[in-house]
Amino acid sequence: MKKLINAVDTVVTDALRGVAAAHPSLSVDVENKVITRARGPKAGKVGLVSGGGSGHEPLHGGFVGYGMLDAACPGEVFTSPVPDQMLEATKAVNGGAGVLHIVKNYTGDVLNFQMAAELATDEGIEVASVIVNDDVAVQDSLYTAGRRGVGATVFVEKIAGALAEEGADLAAVAAVAAEVNERSRSFGIALTSCTVPAAGKPTFELDDAEIELGIGIHGEPGRTRGPLAPASELAAVAVDAIAADLALDGDLLVMVNGMGGTPLVELYIAYAAVAELVAARGGRIARNLVGNYITSLEMQGFSVTVCALTPELTRLWDAPVDTPALRWGR
Amino acid sequence: MDTNVFRAWITSAAEAIEANRDHLTQLDAAIGDADHGINLSRGFTAVLAALGGQPAATPGAVLMLTGSTLISKVGGASGPLYGTAFRRAGQALGTAEEVDLPALAQALEAALAGVQQLGAAREGDKTMVDALAPATRAFAKAVAEGAAQADALAAAVAAAEEGAAATVSMEARKGRASYLGPRSVGHEDPGAASTVLILAALRDAAAQDTDAAAP
Repeated sequence: MKKLINAVDTVVTDALRGVAAAHPSLSVDVENKVITRARGPKAGKVGLVSGGGSGHEPLHGGFVGYGMLDAACPGEVFTSPVPDQMLEATKAVNGGAGVLHIVKNYTGDVLNFQMAAELATDEGIEVASVIVNDDVAVQDSLYTAGRRGVGATVFVEKIAGALAEEGADLAAVAAVAAEVNERSRSFGIALTSCTVPAAGKPTFELDDAEIELGIGIHGEPGRTRGPLAPASELAAVAVDAIAADLALDGDLLVMVNGMGGTPLVELYIAYAAVAELVAARGGRIARNLVGNYITSLEMQGFSVTVCALTPELTRLWDAPVDTPALRWGR
Repeated sequence: MDTNVFRAWITSAAEAIEANRDHLTQLDAAIGDADHGINLSRGFTAVLAALGGQPAATPGAVLMLTGSTLISKVGGASGPLYGTAFRRAGQALGTAEEVDLPALAQALEAALAGVQQLGAAREGDKTMVDALAPATRAFAKAVAEGAAQADALAAAVAAAEEGAAATVSMEARKGRASYLGPRSVGHEDPGAASTVLILAALRDAAAQDTDAAAP
């Protein structure tokens, strides 16, 4: 294992010290692993808290700032944070208008946020939660853990963050977060595995000619394995899987996201194919993101996320945002 | 069984988790995200530190502190699930200074109920419930039939081992392994495996408590 780290036990705290040093707009509690806006809670504004395992950077800490999150709780690599962190973050961002927890649908994240919400409620803070579950690779069923929360998390955090910044109440912010989730779908493909520092070796083995289809973001294997194919064909697999569950017509927000180890030049190759495929299905990509936004350590691969926009969602997407990883209009 | 037995249980469980850290992580790598051993090891290390720094006066207090520390330190799904299991067991034991077999049976049942309530897993879903549920049943049955402490605990561990082994052929319906669908078949569930280790630690700790084991 070759990693740019000091020690496997200090990966998260060492990285947080770097985040603190790089971004004076953020306040980083390295010991309790909570990232908040340096200016503290804004009175009367709904606070937005998200969190999850580390290794997905810039998610979530990179999205803390004006127009997006108020706080992020990074867990250990690929391990959900603990309720103490989430409670700390919830208390820190509560400006009296309640707090929205944005939770990716992974069992650990859901259970820990559930416990944190109960603890916060006990302390008199109004908490609403939205569970993001956009991954079409997973068959949704009452009898399974359900679809994973992946790329749509970025959309939810941006759009709900914009509405919260305008002063909307908790119910409205939670409703728009749920709406974005319902209108979004994702599909991911891995070309390589990735190595959790503490584990020291790749999470799964993949031959040079093999790929994993339908991956999540924690290095877990996908639903099926297949042969490596040209980018245009892989893009078609992703777009087809999404189109099977979401009509790709009208105005769309499309993200081609790198899993951490894929160069931008390859992501643009994938985006070219995605854009053609979406256009052929009658969709119009009104807004897009191409880059590394929700990653899986050094995994090579990409995911495609599509959100069917409404004029209001487009307006909120365009609203000013000022975070380390997403910044425009301000 | 007194407070010392419960302290010895947790210490022995921590040692077993540490000794099997890489094994548990490897089981998790096959069908999950390769961190089960790492996370439990971090959690139980913190539990030992917490127990060392605080005189938990009763068996129930030992388990409550164990559970709270696991919830605070582990993360993932296993933190809340094991944490809740120990806390519920601790609550069931109340403030009693000595725990008899029926009380321990009730504590196991409370732990199982807590895990199922939180994780919504049923037997056959390929989770820790597949080890904990049969162990709880086997222990209650042995106690009801008047078995000696060592025999009842041995029956619980045997049932847990059997249950964990049975997860190999199951298709996962909960947790990250469920994303693999049929590909999850053929691998032992790491949560069931760690449950066996923790119950075996209880059996061993109780066996070393010669006073209580004497008829």
